Amino acid sequence: MATILPTLASDLPKPFRPYETGGFYDEMISADGTVRQHYRHFLKHFGAVTPEEFDAKRRAVDLAFLRQGVTFNVYGDSQGAERIFPFDLVPRIIPANEWEKIEAGLVQRITALNLFLHDIYHEQHILNDGTIPAHYVMSAKHFRREFVNVKVPGGVYIHICGTDIIRDGQGNYLVLEDNARCPSGVSYVLENRRALKRTFPEIFEAGGVRPVEIYPTELLKVLNHSAPAGVAEPTVVLLTPGPYNSAYFEHTYLARQMGIEIVEGRDLLVRDQHVYMRTTKGLQPVHVIYRRIDDDFIDPTVFRKYSALGVPGLVNAYRAGNVSLANSIGTGVADDKVMYYFVPRIIKYYLDQEPLLPNVETYLASEDADKKYMLENLDKLVVKAANEAGGYGMLMGPHASQAEREDFRQRIEADPRNYIGQPMISLSRHPTHFEDEGFAGRHIDLRPFILYGDKTVVIPGGLTRVALRKGSLVVNSSQGGGSKETWVLYGNH
Amino acid sequence: MDEPLHRARREHCPPGGCEPQLLLDFRNLDDHALDAHWIPIVQSSGDEELFRKLHPRATGQSVTQFLVFQSENPNSIISSIGQARENARMVRDQITAELWEEINRLYLFLYSPRALQLWRESPSDFFLTIKNGSLLLQGLTDATVVRNEGWFFTQAGRYLERADKTSRILDVRHASLPARGVPVDSSQADALGWSAVLRSCSAWDAYKALHGAEVQPALVAELLLLSDEFPRSVRFSVRHLNTVLRRISGVHEGRFSNDAEKLAGRLLAELQFSTVDDIFDIGLHTYIDVAQMKLNAIGDALFQAYIFQPFHLQEEYELRQQEEQQQQADLGRAHRPDPTPPA
Repeated sequence: MATILPTLASDLPKPFRPYETGGFYDEMISADGTVRQHYRHFLKHFGAVTPEEFDAKRRAVDLAFLRQGVTFNVYGDSQGAERIFPFDLVPRIIPANEWEKIEAGLVQRITALNLFLHDIYHEQHILNDGTIPAHYVMSAKHFRREFVNVKVPGGVYIHICGTDIIRDGQGNYLVLEDNARCPSGVSYVLENRRALKRTFPEIFEAGGVRPVEIYPTELLKVLNHSAPAGVAEPTVVLLTPGPYNSAYFEHTYLARQMGIEIVEGRDLLVRDQHVYMRTTKGLQPVHVIYRRIDDDFIDPTVFRKYSALGVPGLVNAYRAGNVSLANSIGTGVADDKVMYYFVPRIIKYYLDQEPLLPNVETYLASEDADKKYMLENLDKLVVKAANEAGGYGMLMGPHASQAEREDFRQRIEADPRNYIGQPMISLSRHPTHFEDEGFAGRHIDLRPFILYGDKTVVIPGGLTRVALRKGSLVVNSSQGGGSKETWVLYGNH
Repeated sequence: MDEPLHRARREHCPPGGCEPQLLLDFRNLDDHALDAHWIPIVQSSGDEELFRKLHPRATGQSVTQFLVFQSENPNSIISSIGQARENARMVRDQITAELWEEINRLYLFLYSPRALQLWRESPSDFFLTIKNGSLLLQGLTDATVVRNEGWFFTQAGRYLERADKTSRILDVRHASLPARGVPVDSSQADALGWSAVLRSCSAWDAYKALHGAEVQPALVAELLLLSDEFPRSVRFSVRHLNTVLRRISGVHEGRFSNDAEKLAGRLLAELQFSTVDDIFDIGLHTYIDVAQMKLNAIGDALFQAYIFQPFHLQEEYELRQQEEQQQQADLGRAHRPDPTPPA
C-alpha cells in the first residue's frame, strides 16, 4: 500500500479513482483534483481495506443496526415495517479550523436566540424599537401569548437546539434552519460512532477524532442545571409521546444513557401545581422534564383540548415555577421560517456582532421590495411556505412549469406573510458507497446539536445526512435519505 | 412499568414440538383418530374455535402451522415472539442491550424466510432453535439483570406463565383418563402420550430419576403439579410467584397486601397440602381447569394492583396511537430536489 499520503486523485485508493466531483463543491476532492488535506490520513488507512473486506464490513454494520433496532419505522402491530436508517461507512471529516468557526457561529446563534425569546416574552424591546415589525412575531404560529411575562428558570428557552447547516458551491457554510423545539437525530450520531469504531478500529485510533460520547453526560448536566431553584437533587424525566412514535428508539436510548426515567403523559400528574410521577411505591416529585412532545400536545387544559398525550395542569405547574421544561414552551417562534430571515438582525441587536455563520439569502414576500423581486424571479428561486403545516410544498423555480409558477404567484399575492424565497443552493457532495456504482458523489448537510446550560456545548460534528438518490437534495429519512459519521479532528489533518 | 410478561411464554417446549415425532409412530391413523390426537393440543391453549375457522382438518400439518406460524393466532409462536419483542421495545430503557439484541435476533429470524425453510427441512431443528433462543434469553436475564423491582415483575410474569403452561400441557392427555379416580392401567399408546407430555415440560429425565422407566399418569401428574423440587412444576412456580410478589410490595411472606398476594398464597397452600389422590378424586381435568382460573385471577389482580390506570378505553387508545405517530420526529426536512450544477 502507498506510504505516501494521497494528494492527487491518481494516488487515491483504487475504488475512488473513477470518482467525479461533478462540478459541485466536494468535501473530499478539491476543484483541482487534489485530495483535501484532512482526508489524506483517512484515505491512507482506507486504502488498506480490500473491496471484499469493505463489503463484509458494510453488511456487518447493517446487520448490527438491524439487531440493535437502530431503526426508524412505521409501527402498527407487532410486525411493524422497520428500516434501518441507511448508513454510509465513509465518514465526513471536518478539520479543526473549520469546526472552530462553525462552533463559534452556533454558540453565537443560540445565545442570540435565547435573548430574543426572553425579550419577546417579556419587555419586547426588539419589537418596540421596530427592529422586527411586531406583526411577524404576533402572527407567528408558535408564538404563545399565554407565556408572555412568565418567568422561566434561568431565563433559558432553548436548552437543546439542532441547527441544519449546508455548504454552498464556494464551500461556505450557511445555516439552513434551526430546530428549537424537539430536535432529534442525536441517537444516530452516537450509534454511528459506535458502529464505525467497531468496524474500522485502526483507522479510528489513528484519526485524532473528537469524541461525541459525552453527549448524554452534557445533556444531563444541562437538564440538572435548569431545575427550579432550591432543589438539591432534582428528579429529571424524559417525556415521550409513546412507543408508537417514530423517534421512540431515541427517547429510550437517551433515557437509558442518562439514567433517567422515561414517562408518558399518563405517568405524570399535577397536584397543587407540583408535578409527580406515578410509581409502584406511590407518587414521586418531578422537577425537570426533558420533553419530546410538542407544545400543542403537552397540556390538554391549555392547548389542544382532546390530546391524550399530555399532562393536565403541567403548564400551571410550569408557570408557578415548580417544574422546568427543556425546551421551554414557546420556542417554536424562533424556528419559524419567517423568523429565520431576522436572525442576522437578532444577532446584531442583542450581541452587537455580525453573524459568524450566515443565513441563506432569503426574501420575505411580506416585504414589498422582496415580494417584487420574488415575483420577478420565480424562475430562479425556491419558494417555501413559512407555515409548515401548510402542505403546499415548495416551488422549485428553475424546474417548475409556467402553470406551477403562476399558482405560486397567486398564493404569494394572497398570503404574503407566509412565503419566503431563496436562491437554489448547490449543496456540497461527499463520496458515498453504492453497490452498483462504487463511490459516487451525493449531497449532504450537517445537523450539529447545541446544548445551552451552565455553558454552551456543541457536540463535535453532529449528524451528516446524505441524499441517497442520484441528484437528489432530499435528505429526509423517509424519502431516500441516509446518514454518515461526522469526524471533527483535533488538528487540521 | 409494564413488564414483558409474554417473554415467559416461550420458555416451554412448544406443545407441537414433540408431536411430529409422535406422528411418525402413528402413520396409519385416520382422520378421526388424527383429530382425537391433535385437537387436545389446540384445546390446551384455548384456541379450538379459532383453529376450526382457519383449518378444515386437524392434521399434524395444520395444527403445527396454526401453533407456529399463524399470525391470526395470538398464541402462536410467531405472535408470541412478536409481542414479546414489542414489549421489550417498549421497555428498552430498562432492559439490558444484550437482552434486547437477543430477543430481536430471535424475532428477526422467525420473520425471515430462513425460518420457514428450516421448519420444512427439519422441524426438530427449528424447534430446537426456538427453544434455545428462549433459554438463552432466560439465561441472559438471570445473569445480567439487576435484582430490582423490574426484575421481580419479570419473575412474577414468568412463574405465572410457567404454572399455567405446565398445567395446560398436562391437560392435553385428559381424554385418556377416567373423569375421576386414579387411572390404573395404561396402554402402550397412552404411555407414549404421557412420555410426550413429560418431554414437553423437559421433565422426562426428572421423571426417570424419580420413578424409573415405567410411565404412569398419576406419577406424571404428581411431578408436574406437586413437586417442590422440579423447577417447572406448578407448585414450584407458585411458590416462587408468592416470593417475588412480596418482594415487590415489601410485605412478609406469611401476609398479603393486595388481592394478587392473597390469591397466590391460597393457591400455594392448596398445592402444598394436597396429594395426587386428592387431585384425581376431583378429576384431573376439573382440577386443572380450576387451577387455571385461579392463575388468571392472580394475573388480573396483579394488573389491578400495579398497572391499571382508569382510562383504557379503546377510542382513547387509538387516539393516543395516532397522536404519538403525528408527533413529527424532527429529523430530516426536504430541502430541494434536482439542482443544476453550477455553470
